[in-house]
Amino acid sequence: MSTHTSESPGAVAEEHRPATRTGRIADYVDQRVGGTSIVREFGRKIFPDHWTFMFGELALYSFLILILSGTFLTFWFDPSMSSTTYDGSYAPLQGVEMSVAYATALDLSFDVRGGLFMRQLHHWAALLFVAAMAIHMLRVFFTGAFRKPRELNWVVGCSLLILGMGAGFTGYSLPDEVLSGNGLRIIDGMIKALPVVGSYISFFLFGGEFPGNEVIPRLYALHIMVIPALILVLIAIHLFMVVIHKHTQYPGPGRTETNVVGYPVGPVYAAKAGGFFFIVFGILAGISGTFQINALWNYGPYDPSPVQAGAQPDWYIGPFEGVLRLMPGYLGDFSLEWLLPMPWGANNLALPVLIPMIPVAVMFLGLFIWPWVEAWITGDKREHHVLDRPRNVPTRTAVGSAVATFYCIMWGMGANDLIATHFQLSLNDITYWSRVLIFVGPVIAYIVTKRVCLALQRKDREIVLHGNEAGVIEVLPHGEFREKHSRLNDYELYTLVAFESPEPSGPVPNAKGKVTRTEKMRASLNRWFFEDRVAPVSREEYLEALSHDHHEPHDAGIEASASQGQVGARHH
Amino acid sequence: MGEHGHGDPNEPGAVIRAGEGDPGRYAIADPGLPPHRPRLADEDPQVAKRSERQVFVLFLLSIIGTITVFVAYFAIELTEDLQMLRLQNTLLGVGVALSMLGIGLGVVHWAKTLMPDHELVEARKPLRKESERQEAEKIVGDVLEESGIKRRPLIRNTLIGAVLLAPLPGIVMFRDLDQSDDFGVERMRHSLWDEGVRLVRDPTGTPIRAADMTVGSSMHVVPENLRDVPGHGDRLTEKAKAVVLLMRMNPDDIETVSEGREDWTYDGIIACSKVCTHVGCPVALYERHTHHLLCPCHQSTFDAANEFKVIFGPAGRPLPQLPISVDDEGYLVAQSDFTEPVGPTYWERGEK
Repeated sequence: MSTHTSESPGAVAEEHRPATRTGRIADYVDQRVGGTSIVREFGRKIFPDHWTFMFGELALYSFLILILSGTFLTFWFDPSMSSTTYDGSYAPLQGVEMSVAYATALDLSFDVRGGLFMRQLHHWAALLFVAAMAIHMLRVFFTGAFRKPRELNWVVGCSLLILGMGAGFTGYSLPDEVLSGNGLRIIDGMIKALPVVGSYISFFLFGGEFPGNEVIPRLYALHIMVIPALILVLIAIHLFMVVIHKHTQYPGPGRTETNVVGYPVGPVYAAKAGGFFFIVFGILAGISGTFQINALWNYGPYDPSPVQAGAQPDWYIGPFEGVLRLMPGYLGDFSLEWLLPMPWGANNLALPVLIPMIPVAVMFLGLFIWPWVEAWITGDKREHHVLDRPRNVPTRTAVGSAVATFYCIMWGMGANDLIATHFQLSLNDITYWSRVLIFVGPVIAYIVTKRVCLALQRKDREIVLHGNEAGVIEVLPHGEFREKHSRLNDYELYTLVAFESPEPSGPVPNAKGKVTRTEKMRASLNRWFFEDRVAPVSREEYLEALSHDHHEPHDAGIEASASQGQVGARHH
Repeated sequence: MGEHGHGDPNEPGAVIRAGEGDPGRYAIADPGLPPHRPRLADEDPQVAKRSERQVFVLFLLSIIGTITVFVAYFAIELTEDLQMLRLQNTLLGVGVALSMLGIGLGVVHWAKTLMPDHELVEARKPLRKESERQEAEKIVGDVLEESGIKRRPLIRNTLIGAVLLAPLPGIVMFRDLDQSDDFGVERMRHSLWDEGVRLVRDPTGTPIRAADMTVGSSMHVVPENLRDVPGHGDRLTEKAKAVVLLMRMNPDDIETVSEGREDWTYDGIIACSKVCTHVGCPVALYERHTHHLLCPCHQSTFDAANEFKVIFGPAGRPLPQLPISVDDEGYLVAQSDFTEPVGPTYWERGEK
């Protein structure tokens, strides 16, 4: 910019005379929308780069593809439940009475060019959308990115996951064929099981008794307007908060709590992220062109009587389906369906349907509040912008893996019939075992994960203190064999030593000098969280290791000690 | 190795309690960012030129992909032959994939090989400064003061009351989501079955004589009056309650008959609701040798020989049995409606 004497904005604008046509257009826009400040803020904004940061982008891009492909579908799909006789191109269904919704879904598949491709693109993108969100969430959890100041953004993310599943389920139900109709039937059964309000929620959803004449248009309004609008708003908040907080970064040399190390938006990050959108689109398009999904012409119009064996929901509904399947209805001869005596007769408590909802509800509630639970247990109220390596927080990592295992067992049980037919196992045995596994599996996962984390930490210590085994065996002049170790450079070392491993801290008295019961509980949880710990290598340990620069074998005897002295002498 | 400790809590180590961290206390000082290692293309103009050519080829592939989409869209005629649809779908997919991947991979390759790969460092600013916080606090205080909301509790409280009440009509107005004349839970107790209603095949609607059914056979049936229900949706709604599974077994194989149900079967022909008592899927599979019925959704298994009691799976109640007999012309008919509500359990099911 040229020098200017006046502070008035008008004077500055007048002084700048763009030389090129592009410059004049840019200047025109800038003077009207304030582009200068946007470019200054974002043009060279730094984003840390790591492959695990890609999953959030993946979710965002699959959502954009969902909007693009979904908009295309709305121009042909008519969500009406009124009756029609199919006369489209698909011969086996010609002359069959069906709802307009199913007929237009068939038309989209057979008579609109590119319609089948768009339908498949939409469905595959939906599967990827929820999967990307779930993996993004795991990344955020296991690296501790949800800690202060990002707790609220974690909650926004959890809400997005639930909305994503809601969007998926409402969309799955729209074509009104046998498969989606049975999905709705299951939802109806679950709603009806809710005490007091269940029957009426079902009536209001279906406009009467199941399936009624109303539900598809209602789900359609939710699917194409309400839920996507909520998702868009939450995505905007999510990204806005990322800008406010700046992105987290993995620990490493030069990366601190007060800086951000990475690539500038322009040009590298914009090119990589923008290019990635096209890559995601390309891969989804390739899958949609070559792999069939939801061949809804095979199912026929919805009818309450038929059902396919081996029917599966979309993957993200699997856990909810699976937990219903593994729940027993009877314990011995004792039915879990209870009749509660009431003054007006008796009310039914459908525990076989209600009990499975409890762990699912607890799991999601736990997801939402975990940032506060962990901060309360650890007493750590500081801001964190440098991520944890999962091994360095063994208890959190173990809890996460226990919950993931719980989820995966429910998910696997959603396909217990297919596991039985594909692996020639007894369906009943699989279900019996899953009832044990749902309790035992998470415990095993917890223990194994924690031990693996601690072992990895010890390995890190060993590498810091002893270096890596070089794979070279040396013979010393006096005949001793030993393996060479190569030391890490400082950059590699720093990543392995720069972390905290707090010791458990006892209960802290409150202002009145009293240790409350809550505080005692917090202290015991704190002990549970921190008691198994591997301390990072201290400066003293490291210097001592350097002064030995030891090459002695692990089970060093007297001779080894002697040789160690020699080696030290030679090196000094 | 003993002299270095294994990181046991009792061994010396860098002990930092959460909240007391001091980043200067790590074993080595932060060495700063590693030196930048130039890529081949940074140093060798020929390698850079090669990267440029690779990006060019990728963009060219994208253009070819887009042309493929046009060809697939216009050149392939959709006929009754589904092979053409399959071909078009594949070509559209591959075309769009090429067109998008060409751009995406090209741009990313460009960024990774030809754009600078120096990592830059930016300082994080604190989310708020204390001086600014005080300023904001004062603004909020002034705003509240000027609004007078604290000084005038009468209008403040009526405002709160009004705002809390105002959305209620928005909820109440959803009442007409269900406009049926027979609104309420009572309708769930009734189906189209009634005394003398014939059992007919679905979808042909032909009535069934006892002799039509061999021992071991099964069929799913609907009430004859279902066809009189006007409207596709209403018919499905009635059908969702009235579908029945009819099977014939050797009369001696029926093991349990409780009091009052002695005449509910006809010569080994037995009928039950096809709607699962768990969450309402059709109980579609009948295994003739074991007399077991299986719901394919959640695998609840019912024993037809023992009044459809649950022998496996999540259902908590037997399937309701439909009392049947034969009419004057020898066709199978219902003796009455189901004696209990069919389908999944709901809260008011046991009332009365």
